[in-house]
Amino acid sequence: MLRYVLKRLGAGFLTVFFLATATFVLMHSVPGDPLARAKAMTPQIRANLEAKYGLDKPKLVQYGVYLANMARGDFGISFTQQNRTVNDIIRKHFPVSAKLGVFSLFFATLGGIAFGAAAARARGRVGDGLLMLFVILGISVPSFVFAALAQWGMTELNVWAGYTVIPVAGWGSLRHMLVPALVLGLGSMAFLTRLMRSSLLEVIHQDYVRTAAAKGLSPRRILVAHQLRNAILPVVTVLGPAIAAITTGGFVVEQVFAIPGLGRYFVQAVQQLDYTMIMGLTVFYGAFLVLMVILVDLAYGFVDPRISVTGARA
Amino acid sequence: MRARAVVALVALACSAGTVAGCRPEPPRGAVVRIAFANDPPELDSAKATDVVSGFVLGHVNEGLTNYGPAGDIIPAVAKSWELRGRGSTFRLREEARWSDGKPVTAHDFVFAWRTVVDPKTASEYAFIMFPVKNAEAINAGKLPPEALGVKALDDHTLEVQYERPCAYFLGLTAFKTYLPLREEFYRSRGGRYGASPADMLYNGPFALTRWDRGAAITLEKNPRYWDAARIRIDRIDIPYFTTDPNAVINLFKDGNIDYLAGLGRDSIKRAQVERFRMKSFDEGTLFYVDFNHRKGRPTSNVHLRRAIRLVFDGPQYVSKVVGVPGTRPGTSLIPHWMKGLEAPFHTEYPVPAVRPDPEAARRELELAREELGGTIPELVWLTDDGPGAAREAEYFQWLLKRHLGIELRIDKQVFQQRLARMTAGDFDLVAAGWGPDYADPMTYADLWTSWNENNRGRWKNARYDALIREALETADPRRRLDAIAEAQRIALEEVAVLPMYERATVYAESKRVRGVLRRRFGTDPDFTYAHVVEEP
Repeated sequence: MLRYVLKRLGAGFLTVFFLATATFVLMHSVPGDPLARAKAMTPQIRANLEAKYGLDKPKLVQYGVYLANMARGDFGISFTQQNRTVNDIIRKHFPVSAKLGVFSLFFATLGGIAFGAAAARARGRVGDGLLMLFVILGISVPSFVFAALAQWGMTELNVWAGYTVIPVAGWGSLRHMLVPALVLGLGSMAFLTRLMRSSLLEVIHQDYVRTAAAKGLSPRRILVAHQLRNAILPVVTVLGPAIAAITTGGFVVEQVFAIPGLGRYFVQAVQQLDYTMIMGLTVFYGAFLVLMVILVDLAYGFVDPRISVTGARA
Repeated sequence: MRARAVVALVALACSAGTVAGCRPEPPRGAVVRIAFANDPPELDSAKATDVVSGFVLGHVNEGLTNYGPAGDIIPAVAKSWELRGRGSTFRLREEARWSDGKPVTAHDFVFAWRTVVDPKTASEYAFIMFPVKNAEAINAGKLPPEALGVKALDDHTLEVQYERPCAYFLGLTAFKTYLPLREEFYRSRGGRYGASPADMLYNGPFALTRWDRGAAITLEKNPRYWDAARIRIDRIDIPYFTTDPNAVINLFKDGNIDYLAGLGRDSIKRAQVERFRMKSFDEGTLFYVDFNHRKGRPTSNVHLRRAIRLVFDGPQYVSKVVGVPGTRPGTSLIPHWMKGLEAPFHTEYPVPAVRPDPEAARRELELAREELGGTIPELVWLTDDGPGAAREAEYFQWLLKRHLGIELRIDKQVFQQRLARMTAGDFDLVAAGWGPDYADPMTYADLWTSWNENNRGRWKNARYDALIREALETADPRRRLDAIAEAQRIALEEVAVLPMYERATVYAESKRVRGVLRRRFGTDPDFTYAHVVEEP
């Protein structure tokens, strides 16, 4: 088991290294100039800035410096926020995104499993149709529409009530998190509902289900103890990437609800060609994603004892 | 079941917030709440360039001079001054204090200005210091920072030598790059000056007391400010950071913020429906079309440029494309609000009006066609993905096709890439804007000199250059303005650029807040003269 984990971690490091290299190459080949400003600089001022960021050195040297620094866990200073290191920014804003992400994943998983189960049980009936309609909406309508609608609704509600029922935007308390988390989790929830429904439908006519029914178990017990456990595997599979995606930030949701998460820094970094930020955040996100996938693979073993994660025969 | 769930959700929401109560805390005292588009990227005044940082710095620090309520230059840290042709002397008020109680001295200005021009600082705004003697040479590494033409004669007397006569130097001393920095404190931060409230010193009306990066900023009245008695706002809270125009409208409607500093075309429509108290302010930025004058470009042909100018309809453009009330069609290179000797510059030196004249335009087009070898090739309009950019590009596409039969290809790039292409000269036409740095026509006039990097079209006219150089070298106010006006006449006649409009900003304020000043130069919006009226 330990050997397996070490092997996976080693492969993970290699993945991140390739990711870093690819990002470096791509970023430098993207047209545009990180030091371009609306107010043009004199060549001298520009030269001073290039010296400051080491852009006056050959690309290969820059790459070497960057790898060496990264090995020490130092992502450098942001181009656009001159007195902040990329590490500072990740340290400060990732927890916010993560908190919001965990909250919204909680909604998404709980809702996805519950609605999926409900839809599977009501298969072919009105309830199933309605739920699937919501699922299609949830998957196909982008989150900025939901975010804007939800915020508008909250504003109208507060104005109508005469006091702040739910804050329109901002960050700080659990109340601030409620609506953004719901909105952020909606897409995943819809996806999970669909996944859960189809995977439940697969197990619903299995022999062991029939056996359980024949034993006289209540439908609820059959669902919880036999069907759900067997149907949940695909859900666990997608959970890994979903955790990484959601917890590193929903850019749109963060903008609409004025949440100081990492997502907006990601998008801004790309828009402004902030080299150090792009590199730092991509590597961080990549490493996080790799880690989550490894964790999910390990989790298989717990969810389904038939799966042997190390590949050895059980 | 569903109803119960909703009730449960609301109950959960309320119980989660019981610490603070389920009601918003009504702002007590003279507190103003606003939203920022983003976190201030740089609060070291030697390096700051952007508007958000400028807003904070303008409230927490103060330079030698400042802009008064009427927009004129008033004494600030300097209580008086004496301006000479090639230098000036500022007398600093003794009661000016840093937030730690120590006096603000002439040495703080000397240190700050040297820091700005020091190439090691790599300040993007070092150029604004170039009127000070030796600044440019120091910035190029040819002289040590100590050679800068600024000296502390004693703790409260600052003497400045200019590189050449500088009629607008007083205005520069109100600019954020000219703010003081205290050497021993600045050095003790080891490059982190301005990174957190504790890593800064304040000598202005407010002090930064809380800065939760990207989440919340609080500016509190600075009791050590020499003129603290004048400040009627106790606190400015900035608890929201977002660029989403709808989010700030929702926050404003729900009473969470008191001020919407700028509303775009679409936001104005919604704000009208919501019946916000809106005002318009012509903020002075000039927008124009840059033509590419580089060799081989069709737009280097003056007849083609004249033809385009003769079909451009300023008022139509403003109403159909810009759509922000208060915007003025552009007619001149020096904006209408710029002061001349006594009256506005544009009344002292009027420019001939250009009305759309398709007939004359076609004649110019014929001339252009002959000179360009029979056909006008497809032209490229460089633009970005900003709001309104597509509408602008499509208007010109329609305009040139319809009136001149010219095909215009739209080259849409992300902002950084658009800038890079502008600098590289990879376009035929591109929209550009320029906001003033100081209250003198020169802030616009030197834009189209051959040595200015912002002249992205690389228009080059020896006579224009000579006139601007003359205006830069002379201390005689009449001769300066005469030269600038003549230069403007040449640039307009040659259609160096096509002035499109002078932008206005529409903003909204709550009933609580009064006296917020909008400015073309300096801190904008300026809350240092504002006060709060408690709602009944």
